[in-house]
Amino acid sequence: MEKPLTQHIVPGHAPLSLKEYEKVGGYQSVRKILKEMAPADVQNLVKASDLRGRGGAGFNTGLKWSFVPMGPEAAKPKYLVANADEMEPGTFKDRVLLEGNPHQLIEGMIVAAYAIDASVSYIFMRWAYKVAAREIIKALDEAYAAGYLGENILGSGFSLDMHLHTGVGRYMCGEETALLNALEGKRANPRAKPPFPQVSGLFGKPTIVNNVETLCCLPHIINNGAEWFKGLSKTGDAGTKLYGISGRVKTPGCWELPMGTTIRELIEEHGGGMQDGYLFKGLLPGGASTDFLVEEHLDLPMDYTAIQAAGSRMGTGTMIILDDQTCPVGFVHNLQHFFAQESCGFCTPCREGLPWVEKILLAIDKGEGKPEHLLTLDFHTKYLGPGNTFCALAPGAMEPLQSALKYFREDFERHIHEHHCPWSKAKVWQPSI
Amino acid sequence: MLTTEEKHKIDHEISMVPSPKNACIEALKIVQHSHGWVSDESLKDVADYVGMSPAELDSVATFYNLIFRRPVGRHVILVCDSISCWVMGYESIRDRLTEKLNIKYGQTTDDGRFTLLPNCCLGTCDRAPALMIDNDLYRDLTVDQLDEILEKYT
Repeated sequence: MEKPLTQHIVPGHAPLSLKEYEKVGGYQSVRKILKEMAPADVQNLVKASDLRGRGGAGFNTGLKWSFVPMGPEAAKPKYLVANADEMEPGTFKDRVLLEGNPHQLIEGMIVAAYAIDASVSYIFMRWAYKVAAREIIKALDEAYAAGYLGENILGSGFSLDMHLHTGVGRYMCGEETALLNALEGKRANPRAKPPFPQVSGLFGKPTIVNNVETLCCLPHIINNGAEWFKGLSKTGDAGTKLYGISGRVKTPGCWELPMGTTIRELIEEHGGGMQDGYLFKGLLPGGASTDFLVEEHLDLPMDYTAIQAAGSRMGTGTMIILDDQTCPVGFVHNLQHFFAQESCGFCTPCREGLPWVEKILLAIDKGEGKPEHLLTLDFHTKYLGPGNTFCALAPGAMEPLQSALKYFREDFERHIHEHHCPWSKAKVWQPSI
Repeated sequence: MLTTEEKHKIDHEISMVPSPKNACIEALKIVQHSHGWVSDESLKDVADYVGMSPAELDSVATFYNLIFRRPVGRHVILVCDSISCWVMGYESIRDRLTEKLNIKYGQTTDDGRFTLLPNCCLGTCDRAPALMIDNDLYRDLTVDQLDEILEKYT
């Protein structure tokens, strides 16, 4: 089984140096594009590969690039930003790539920057990834010294600068327009679209923001072709995927596997099955802002198409398991506390609605819920849903809530009728102490 | 007053962006690095230096949870309270810390050694529960490891 993105990552070991990376074929894609391919060729190849954004939205990467104005008339400088702000609760896949093989990311970023003719690039990384920051700074120095970055790369006439920018917190920074505001030294509020960042992004110039895992796929697509990339998958969605599991399984972790690996295989073979004494109750397939899936979905392939058809989203592909001894109300309460806290406060439904939802869940969790509370939660899932808020934060927050109300409604009702949490008292989620 | 060294570092950040204002978060990070937090006086100094009003800069500073606008201890403990750590029982870690340090979230020990803060997902969910102290990440935590961990920080 091919694992192109993680083949050179050995957990617990330092990542490959530039010299070691070159020995295993590193930076070949940069040499190839600079010698043989025009930016349009790179865009077309990536479009044909069906690579879809690994940050969660799943948009075709080549198509996203194609909206960037090209040619001598296009505004300059153009920017490329690697979104390494991995803050979706339950998500830890980009950390593996950032800490494990920083040169692969740099190589992918050079490919992406060349494809859109960008001359400046940033790695926007969350503050918490200290090891990754250290490794990336080292790798950037090596790449500059070897002539893969800077002026006139390998004598091609193409120039690219690359900087590491570490953030100072806030989930909102993962939203691409909010990320651009943060990079500009502003509050990370999302921006109105249009104009889309491809046309007017960082400092008003054309900008592409791509996820770390997406960028890390690029060298391999350039080297091996679109058909090879599609052939890595078990289903119609191309490539491999970094899947992860957290929660009460025996061996939680992160694994690169063919796209479309089933949920059951992930949990039972890679996650080692449920811990002794715990039963599976449900899961969030791709981070905190995805809808619950339950037992009946276990044989679904984890890809964009199948998970969406089941009423959820693959999201980041890192799943969080809900076990039978964890209260589903407490679980959702924890999530809604997070979303209410991380709302930027810019638009009213999100700023006011999420704390309302959180308060109701606290009341239900403590056994002070009333039957009408469930109806209030129901209408919030509509009024904070897509189209009613400025960005995707609140609609994302409603995904686990609406599906919990669907699959675990009886558990909510038991809290209300029995006036206490049927799970142990310690499991009542208390955000403050 | 910003020191010469701070000004030098801020100037470097300003040189990399179109307008000095664009470097304001970096400037706050530089000041916080030297003082541990950003006081009203420091905020005003930075605002003057990058050409913003103090109110405008404070709206940025208070947006980000890792810019401290109140004094913190010599070491900041960030306890992950997000979903995977909760499922894995992080409360026992939190409770042991509050008991041992005799402080609640948002408070600093009397000797100025530790500040305790909750923090959202640290991105290491497969090894929950987790916390960070300054730049160090601790994971797969159990309550009985805490004493030894805390001893490293004086």
